[in-house]
Amino acid sequence: MIGGLFIYNHKGEVLISRVYRDDIGNRRNAVDAFRVNVIHARQQVRSPVTNIARTSFFHVKRSNIWLAAVTKQNVNAAMVFEFLYKMCDVMTAYFGKISEENIKNNFVLIYELLDEILDFGYPQNSETGALKTFITQQGIKSQTKEEQSQITSQVTGQIGWRREGIKYRRNELFLDVLESVNLLMSPQGQVLSAHVSGRVVMKSYLSGMPECKFGMNDKIVIEKQGKGTADETGKSELGSGKQSIAIDDCTFHQCVRLSKFDSERSISFIPPDGEFELMRYRTTKDIILPFRVIPLVREVGRTKLEVKVVIKSNFKPSLLAQKIEVRIPTPLNTSGVQVICMKGKAKYKASENAIVWKIKRMAGMKESQISAEIELLPTNDKKKWARPPISMNFEVPFAPSGLKVRYLKVFEPKLNYSDHDVIKWVRYIGRSGIYETRC
Amino acid sequence: MLTTIKQKACYSAALYCLTFLNKTGATLTFCKGKSKEAEIKRINKELANIRSKFKGDKALDGYSKKKYVCKLLFIFLLGHDIDFGHMEAVNLLSSNRYTEKQIGYLFISVLVNSNSELIRLINNAIKNDLASRNPTFMGLALHCIANVGSREMAEAFAGEIPKILVAGDTMDSVKQSAALCLLRLYRTSPDLVPMGDWTSRVVHLLNDQHLGVVTAATSLITTLAQKNPEEFKTSVSLAVSRLSRIVTSASTDLQDYTYYFVPAPWLSVKLLRLLQCYPPPEDPAVRGRLTECLETILNKAQEPPKSKKVQHSNAKNAVLFEAISLIIHHDSEPNLLVRACNQLGQFLQHRETNLRYLALESMCTLASSEFSHEAVKTHIETVINALKTERDVSVRQRAVDLLYAMCDRSNAQQIVAEMLNYLETADYSIREEIVLKVAILAEKYAVDYTWYVDTILNLIRIAGDYVSEEVWYRVIQIVINRDDVQGYAAKTVFEALQAPACHENLVKVGGYILGEFGNLIAGDPRSSPLIQFNLLHSKFHLCSVPTRALLLSTYIKFVNLFPEIKTTIQDVLRSDSQLKNADVELQQRAVEYLRLSTIASTDILATVLEEMPPFPERESSILAKLKKKKGPGTVTDLEEIKKERSSDMNGSAEPASVNASAVSTPSPSADLLGLGAAPLTNSAPPPSSSGSLLVDVFSDSASAVAPLAPGSDDNFASPDLASSEVVSEEPADTVHDADELFHKFVCKNNGVLFENQLLQIGLKSEFRQNLGRMFIFYGNKTSTQFLNFTPTVICSDDLQPSLNLQTKPVDPTVDGGAQVQQVVNIECVSDFMEAPILNIQFRYGGTFQNLSVKLPITLNKFFQPTEMSSQDFFQRWKQLSNPKQEVQNIFKAKHPMDAEITKAKIIGFGSALLEEVDPNPANFVGAGIIHTKTTQIGCLLRLEPNLQAQMYRLTLRTSKEAVSQRLCELLSEQF
Repeated sequence: MIGGLFIYNHKGEVLISRVYRDDIGNRRNAVDAFRVNVIHARQQVRSPVTNIARTSFFHVKRSNIWLAAVTKQNVNAAMVFEFLYKMCDVMTAYFGKISEENIKNNFVLIYELLDEILDFGYPQNSETGALKTFITQQGIKSQTKEEQSQITSQVTGQIGWRREGIKYRRNELFLDVLESVNLLMSPQGQVLSAHVSGRVVMKSYLSGMPECKFGMNDKIVIEKQGKGTADETGKSELGSGKQSIAIDDCTFHQCVRLSKFDSERSISFIPPDGEFELMRYRTTKDIILPFRVIPLVREVGRTKLEVKVVIKSNFKPSLLAQKIEVRIPTPLNTSGVQVICMKGKAKYKASENAIVWKIKRMAGMKESQISAEIELLPTNDKKKWARPPISMNFEVPFAPSGLKVRYLKVFEPKLNYSDHDVIKWVRYIGRSGIYETRC
Repeated sequence: MLTTIKQKACYSAALYCLTFLNKTGATLTFCKGKSKEAEIKRINKELANIRSKFKGDKALDGYSKKKYVCKLLFIFLLGHDIDFGHMEAVNLLSSNRYTEKQIGYLFISVLVNSNSELIRLINNAIKNDLASRNPTFMGLALHCIANVGSREMAEAFAGEIPKILVAGDTMDSVKQSAALCLLRLYRTSPDLVPMGDWTSRVVHLLNDQHLGVVTAATSLITTLAQKNPEEFKTSVSLAVSRLSRIVTSASTDLQDYTYYFVPAPWLSVKLLRLLQCYPPPEDPAVRGRLTECLETILNKAQEPPKSKKVQHSNAKNAVLFEAISLIIHHDSEPNLLVRACNQLGQFLQHRETNLRYLALESMCTLASSEFSHEAVKTHIETVINALKTERDVSVRQRAVDLLYAMCDRSNAQQIVAEMLNYLETADYSIREEIVLKVAILAEKYAVDYTWYVDTILNLIRIAGDYVSEEVWYRVIQIVINRDDVQGYAAKTVFEALQAPACHENLVKVGGYILGEFGNLIAGDPRSSPLIQFNLLHSKFHLCSVPTRALLLSTYIKFVNLFPEIKTTIQDVLRSDSQLKNADVELQQRAVEYLRLSTIASTDILATVLEEMPPFPERESSILAKLKKKKGPGTVTDLEEIKKERSSDMNGSAEPASVNASAVSTPSPSADLLGLGAAPLTNSAPPPSSSGSLLVDVFSDSASAVAPLAPGSDDNFASPDLASSEVVSEEPADTVHDADELFHKFVCKNNGVLFENQLLQIGLKSEFRQNLGRMFIFYGNKTSTQFLNFTPTVICSDDLQPSLNLQTKPVDPTVDGGAQVQQVVNIECVSDFMEAPILNIQFRYGGTFQNLSVKLPITLNKFFQPTEMSSQDFFQRWKQLSNPKQEVQNIFKAKHPMDAEITKAKIIGFGSALLEEVDPNPANFVGAGIIHTKTTQIGCLLRLEPNLQAQMYRLTLRTSKEAVSQRLCELLSEQF
């Protein structure tokens, strides 16, 4: 289990230090060991886990701040990192951006949080909503006995992430499907690897203790339904006609009833109040690639290079992609570049050794092209240019994995509002992850 | 050295670039860049800019070219790759402005690698500058050559620089640079620097007016003199006179070269170092002058310091220490040595840690000089005190070294006791070394071997973890070789084992010693056999597998020693934890020992489990280990010197102890061992003395088969046809016909076959019926590698059909100090006369070595003894009455006629020794069968000693004439 947690600034000074177990020994030693071996290491330390003198240090870095969990035991590393990320989320929820300034201003709060979410090194309830009920930044109003007992039962109870008695005049919920699509394509247009990692983020403003049920076009569910309703000819058509997607793996927020998911593959839950991440998933099959990049590179002698790049958008013409940026790497001995492009703006950025081509908006089923002439300086280096891939950034208003939200039902038996009274918003955003084409 | 020069160039370059770039306002702000990423971006941008400038059509003027090249250099020094701009830098070389030329050279010395195609252009530019007669340009060019220092540079300029160095009209500063440049080239490629008449003129630079030139020249001459001392011999007197001028000068005389009131400390140190390349000067005048100088330096050390600054004392002490090391090097002036020792003694308590360290280190070498050894010993208390109170671990380590060096008989007990004391608190890093040292000292200076045993057991108790295998092997070797301590050792070990927690190494030693000599203490009821066994067995379960295996062997030895506890031991062996042990080795031992103890008769048990023969005396394995730890050079020399001295100072040096054990063992079983040890004592002395030994043998054995002296002219006349023929057939460079060594092997199978300064060849062989296997061990005694090491076994044409030899090739390189093993499989097809030749060729330090040794594979190796009664024997004896079947030889005894030794030799020869066969009990009778693939040859022998005449008569009867002949030849050599 986690033996202690330290927060450092970029200089390696300790801002927060909380030790949960004695086995990490002298606190000074552990603190110094991490500073010397990781923060001030001569070579940049890339591994997030460092073993120093039989003590393991797990660290994450947020801007200039280092969070390090220390343990002498053989812990589940994934658990420790999950905890560290959660800790970051909690801190962000309490005081915004994690920065040295903010941490120094809120150090009492942070110690309070650390006392609450880790007990003898074991992670406890780290749900922001629940924490906020009893760890506040304002002075705590004197609570009645009743309220105090409620806190205990709520925190230790079955549904630790939501308190009872929430009331909204307007019952509203927002559902965002956020995806990032990753691609590596050969110059000939063959897909070498592609996957989508997505998140479903929900913002709920619902009264009472509502029971929600979330449905999407998961292949297994659709097929099951297709079989189940095979007798009803009309409906089976509907079922098979809809496109379904195969989800490779997914993880859920703690509020989702996993037993139900395992048995029926239905996602039902009582949501926490406010924003939370309902699920995370990954797909690798039948991915809609929003853009296709066609590179053409020609070396003219030793001192000149001609590059032509065509991009094609590959989605419904009614949709608009935004923030498109194509980055064409240039050789290291480039001495001059001329660029011509039809659409958008292109510029040679010497500091990044690349031509950057930006297009604000682009509709579906269009194409655009750029051509560049690159002058080279002869060098005595015999190494050939490695030709790094052309990369792209964009944002599209649909889910490249093909995921569709089929329904999100809300039941609140105790209060008098029904599913129809809840206002629901659904939004899809597809962004580029590492989207590269070799040239 | 190379890196430091490069580093220096880089630092100066970086500094220069920064100042220059700052001055011109072209500061690269990225040097203050906040993050790595920002810096990389900034640099990429800058590089793109420079590329576009270089690419641009319009030619750059000298200034901007210089600016951009300088920027590139700076970026390179920040750690980024630069792959262009070389051409521009080379262009700068041809400029006439100093600053532009300088940047050009700077860029080239830092960035151009030797295989660049630009090297020709660069060399051209350098040549022009060297010829320019402009001292600054010449200086720049010389610096560039020295900084690059590649082979190509050496090829191009090695001939030219000496000319500049000795030319009459060269400026002082250029001379200085030229000397250092030449030094650098000589260090990287000594073969390219031609030696010529300039060398004699270089020596005279020591008389130069300019002290800078003298300093540079001294460095050069020191390096050159190390390689060719003869050519620079004249430098000694010059250096001495220069040194005396400096030492006696007032501190104000050498204005620029006086450093904190010390006149020219660097030059003094260098001159002293130069003098260390040579023995003490022979000319009494020079010698007197040098002694005077050294005395002055020692006197000055006593003077009160002229300044409180640390630089003053540093400079003074540097000269002093160098002077002391010169005194130690000369090792001829007792007066100076003692003074140096006293001076160092003062430093032992100095508050400066470095001084204490250096003092201890120098004292270590002083301790090995016969003049100052006693003087060093007076400081023993201080050193021991340093060991206890010193804060710095490296100084403590030196103190240990010094204690080790100053140890001799008189103070060994004290020093060993102190080291043992210190061991309990010593740093982990040096514990093992201390353990080794204690072990060696205890062994070397042991007057009383009980003390030795006590010390080592103590050692194991205190620092068991650090006691390496070699140490406890050694204890056992010594205990086994010296029967006067065996009883004591058994008793002490037994007592030590009674401690509730004892180290595994102690259990190992205990298991071995009790197994061998437990019977010596079994009489005491407190250590009765059963108690001994129970004590050992109580430790059994706590030990690792190898130790358990050893303990199992001890148990079976107990079965032999104490038949009364046989059943107890059998019960233990029979238990499931042994008989069904998961470890194969343990299981096998348990099963085999159990069967052995149940089936074998007591006689067989007694033979199988006979007391261990004494170990052949080698170089102490611990010493070898210590040498290995220290690396060659440091300890070795010291060790060598010490060994030489100690061998005459006290009689217990290693070879001597063997003699003792061989001579002073009267018990019958030890006779066999005596036989084993005797040849080894012969092989132990260094090869230089083996010449005289050869002559001795030669004169003694005129009547018998005369062994050959190496290279003797009458090879062919010698009666030993077998060997002489083979030798003459093989025209090897050096034929080491160590016949007497060869003959030793007739009666034994293991030992050292050959040894010289480079190589040791050891043998281990086993024979069964007509088959045999021989392990040849080649030990490299030097610290350098042998290359192309190829041993080949050659059978002459006569031998080929009767002996089948199969060898496996060995690794062609043998590392220094390493040993390689070669296996020879032998099959005897029919009887044979000659011995195969082992020819070894290898390359050692550039010279080709070739040597041939006879491999001791003789016919008698395939002997199988046969026991028979008196009646049988004489019946067969009569059957072989054909005169051709009998061979008789009457010869004079070469060795004392001891019946026991003779018996052992006959058994070693391979035949059975038949007791109570011959009516005359003084006669020896043997019988056996020689197995060859084709036939089996029965063989009877009879040896009749005549004590009055010191003669033997040997009669052999076999079914084959040639066999009788050969066996007779072989056997008569033995007595």
